[in-house]
Amino acid sequence: MAAARHKAATAAVYAVALLVSAVALFIGASFLLHGGARSEALTLPLGLPWLGAHFRIDALAALFLVVANLGGLTASLYGLGYGRHEEAPARVLPFFPAFLAGMNLVVLADDAFTFLFSWEFMSLSSWALVMAHHRRPGNAAAGYVYLLMASFGTLALLLAFGLLAGSAGGYAFESIRSATASAEVSAVVLALVLVGAGSKAGLVPLHVWLPLAHPAAPSHVSALMSGVMTKVAVYGFARIVLDLLGPPLWWWGALVILLGGMTAVLGVLHALMEHDLKRLLAYHTVENIGIIFIGLGLALAFEANAMPAAAALGLTAALFHVFNHSVFKSLLFYGAGAVLTATGERDMEKLGGLIHRMPYTAFAFLVGSAAISALPPFNGFASEWLTFQAILLSPALPQWLLKFLVPAVGAMLALSAALAAACFVKAFGITFLGRPRTEAARTAGEVDAASLVAMYALVALCLIAGILPAYFIDALASVTHALVGDSLPSRQGLEWLTIVPIEESRSSYNGLLLLAFIAASAGLAAEVIHRWASNLTRRSDAWDCGFPDASPATQYTAGSFSQPIRRVFGTVVFRAREDVDMPAPGDARAARLHVELRDLLWETLYLPAAALVGFAAEKLNRVQFMTIRGYLTLVFAALVVLLAILAIWQ
Amino acid sequence: MAVILGLLVQLCQMLIVLALAPLLTGYVRKVKAHLLRRQGPPVLQPYRDLLRLVRKEAVVAASASWVFRAAPYLVFGTTWVAAALVPTFATGLLFSYAADVIAIVALLGSARFMLALAGLDVGTSFGGIGSSREMMIASLAEPAMLMAVFTLSLLAGSTQLSSIAASLQGPETGLRISLALALVALVMVAIAENARIPIDNPATHLELTMVHEAMILEYSGRHLALIEAASYLKLLLYLSIISCVFFPWGVAVSGQGFEAYLVGAGMYVVKLAGGGLVLAVFETAIAKMRVFRVPDFLGAALMLGFLAALLLFVSQVK
Amino acid sequence: MDQIALDVAHLFAGGLVLVSFMLLYQDRMSGLVNTFALHALVVSLSVAWQAYIQHAPHLYITASIALLVKAIVIPTALHRIIVRLGIHRTIEPVVGVGQTMLAGIGLVALSIMVMLPITAAAGTLAREDLAFALSVVLLGLLMMISRRNAVSQVIGFMSIENGLILAATGAKGMPLVVEISVAFSILVALIVIGVFLFRIRERFETVDIHELHEHRGEQP
Repeated sequence: MAAARHKAATAAVYAVALLVSAVALFIGASFLLHGGARSEALTLPLGLPWLGAHFRIDALAALFLVVANLGGLTASLYGLGYGRHEEAPARVLPFFPAFLAGMNLVVLADDAFTFLFSWEFMSLSSWALVMAHHRRPGNAAAGYVYLLMASFGTLALLLAFGLLAGSAGGYAFESIRSATASAEVSAVVLALVLVGAGSKAGLVPLHVWLPLAHPAAPSHVSALMSGVMTKVAVYGFARIVLDLLGPPLWWWGALVILLGGMTAVLGVLHALMEHDLKRLLAYHTVENIGIIFIGLGLALAFEANAMPAAAALGLTAALFHVFNHSVFKSLLFYGAGAVLTATGERDMEKLGGLIHRMPYTAFAFLVGSAAISALPPFNGFASEWLTFQAILLSPALPQWLLKFLVPAVGAMLALSAALAAACFVKAFGITFLGRPRTEAARTAGEVDAASLVAMYALVALCLIAGILPAYFIDALASVTHALVGDSLPSRQGLEWLTIVPIEESRSSYNGLLLLAFIAASAGLAAEVIHRWASNLTRRSDAWDCGFPDASPATQYTAGSFSQPIRRVFGTVVFRAREDVDMPAPGDARAARLHVELRDLLWETLYLPAAALVGFAAEKLNRVQFMTIRGYLTLVFAALVVLLAILAIWQ
Repeated sequence: MAVILGLLVQLCQMLIVLALAPLLTGYVRKVKAHLLRRQGPPVLQPYRDLLRLVRKEAVVAASASWVFRAAPYLVFGTTWVAAALVPTFATGLLFSYAADVIAIVALLGSARFMLALAGLDVGTSFGGIGSSREMMIASLAEPAMLMAVFTLSLLAGSTQLSSIAASLQGPETGLRISLALALVALVMVAIAENARIPIDNPATHLELTMVHEAMILEYSGRHLALIEAASYLKLLLYLSIISCVFFPWGVAVSGQGFEAYLVGAGMYVVKLAGGGLVLAVFETAIAKMRVFRVPDFLGAALMLGFLAALLLFVSQVK
Repeated sequence: MDQIALDVAHLFAGGLVLVSFMLLYQDRMSGLVNTFALHALVVSLSVAWQAYIQHAPHLYITASIALLVKAIVIPTALHRIIVRLGIHRTIEPVVGVGQTMLAGIGLVALSIMVMLPITAAAGTLAREDLAFALSVVLLGLLMMISRRNAVSQVIGFMSIENGLILAATGAKGMPLVVEISVAFSILVALIVIGVFLFRIRERFETVDIHELHEHRGEQP
């Protein structure tokens, strides 16, 4: 009885969420494409009595509305199928629409109070979703760390808004925008926003909660957290730093670029060491956030040096990557969720050969992997290409630090792109290709239709955004105009198919032509060979140099695949150590390989901080056990101190 | 009318590239053999190899999926397109504005992605070795190539290979240290990517020395022919990039007329022959490196490329 | 013509930086000595070119001294020492080659950052040549501190001197006297070091610095 009720509730909740997301997506998209410089505002008499709740939709908000509701739409569609396997639907269903609502409200908020309220609401509802399977090992700890980091981030944002509002207390975004803050206050606000929004987005060193919390949630929620919530954090950063703060200084750009570069490389190196499919995807989110912040930092640096066209290029690259990443990251998480549903396993070392059992999921995951590895003609390549073009414009920046920093970050970006491809060869290859390593992989079955439709909708988007990037770039023009005052040159007619970031003699890219070229070459080769040479195929055993082994244990594992890269990069970044326990000849016991990786950031930053907090808590614990006279003394002392401060201030 | 002519010239380039690639490999093998005081196989042997393989039945392992069977076509397609986008006898051809040098690097990355997946597909340990080593090499070679390419783009003010070739042909460039560093880095990457000594031995089938050969161990028949053709094309591509950027003399500009194209084609063949000779001499003179020395080698290439770009950033070149 | 002259000088300076990186990359003793011979060759070619464009014939003598002593005599002597002492042929760096090269890049960036603002009055190429010379000196120092082997420290020391020669000849008018005295002192230092190496080898059967460290005297 309860099961039937749950089934009906699941279907109802996800269907309603789907409809509402679709409507919101439509509104956002039409505003973005036809709205231009317009903005619509709405004030509701809720919240603080002298403030009210301000909502506004402008170009930037419309873009993130599109991103958020595209994610919400596909997640709801996926949930219609996936939610049927949910073991604790009462812990997921109420919070899923709340989460979607929270994200939309953050994007639409037009004053500090509404923004912060919606931000906390979003964090809390996603925390509830992370804790949905709280009895599984590790999930409770993940939820705890997430709550801690989210509260810390909100505190930072609260302080930032307090500084921005100033002593006058004007919390509406309009009054913040018109008030100009001094350089020191702006610097502090930037740092606070980097901590607050950056920790939610996943910037190093505040990324540690991401690989714990994102995998713990149900798969469609993981997709929303990785693909959409991190982008809402990017929206927060963009809104405050690019819109509300005044004209930027060049070193803001340098700081953001540096953080972005470090995040990209560290994220992908961590991802390469992972065997858990969802943790790997979560670390890749960290890497892509790094790429987005590199673009944002370049935009800030160019804007500070009065180069609006270049700033528009950097901003377009970052925002296009925001859209692309949410598309292919959601796709990959849905694929991982499908694998989890079909096999019950997240560990790659226990999978294998799934392409034969789950062909449609495998193809969708392959497209997602190719997109995230920035391979033409998919969308990941288009946005990375734009980021590289922005980097190539940077020699014109006059500041010395930027002259050294930007080529270094360019090298880091190139390195992270190559490592991402390696990581996804591992992820797709070990999970879907080869031979099944366990019984669970041998008996997997394809997932239901709703999940597949959600995945293939995103596959289509990956391809379309890759071969028709001009469509999306034109949509972003109004956003960049509003924020930095310029946009990429628009093209007409047939030339619209080729995107040109600065001018045609400098660089251009035509995704559709490239796809046509590749398809024609491959097709021609296939046709010629099949027609005139041979198209006979015979199935047989694997050659394996003449010694094929029937046991699937002899094929490469995830650990062995990443061993060369672990040896090259891991010894420095993770202090990686491998110990082999090899029995002597004649001893029949198994050999053991023990790999030890240490997260140096966790050990040097977080563990001492936790120890410090613990120490302080121990000391302060004495306050619990005072006499009545002691408590009265405390109250009296606090009162006297506050009165003194009041007196001095006046 | 001009469009049709441009299209024909572009198609001509695609066919020339495909026709010359096996000849280049045969020529390199012949020179290496002569240096080792052997006769060596005939220069046209690679054509015969391809023809022989293409006519044979393809034996596919039972555990292989559609990825294994589709990968050769995709690898060949992407490599052929990338090779066709590099100026050979003339710059500024019709489709050269569809993809710039970053896209060419990414196309080669696509080919490598598909090949690495095919290596993992059958589920043997050899394929795994090849794929994992190939991705390790690629994780350093691709950034090194991108940094070298950045240097060239910064010098030329464009990422289009045609514009780069044209501007480096002009008089204002002169001898620049960044160009020298970029050349060294590009040559090191070319050696690594084409699986030549000292990174990989193209003539061996021993597991200890294999990277590329290990990934394609399971392939036979027409699939193997396509993959071999793709590797011939890749060698041609790298030699073409190096010759059109660093030795740009004699390259025609699009629209200059048939005689200029002929001269360009002749110069191109001469440059390929010279490059092949240097490669053969280099391969004969040096021994293969240990696998874990390769990251040092490519790390050095990455550093050189980075230094070249840094010097350009610092000297305020737009 | 003038521009080509400056370009070639610049190319030699950059080539010297490149060979310094090659020195950092070597992991075998004989390769190291040969690369040092190349280093000295590039320096002598650079000095000869400077002699040509500055019309300063005494620099030809400097160039031939560098060529003879540093590119021929000293490498041959070092090869003989290596064979005679039977020194272990692999050089182990303290940190990996990749990190050493990364540090090298940082040093080049540092010397650019130091040199270019200081010499704002001079021409661009001369400033970059000075920056390259400083980087060669710094890279030589890096080689000395990142290798465990006494012979490689000697080579690092000599490559520092090459960098100083490059800097001094880049600016016009370095008198020959300075060069002779500098070369003489280097030669003397080398003889002393060579004698020490022989004694160390005889006494302790090794020239690995780590092993020598244990015999240092008072222990903390």
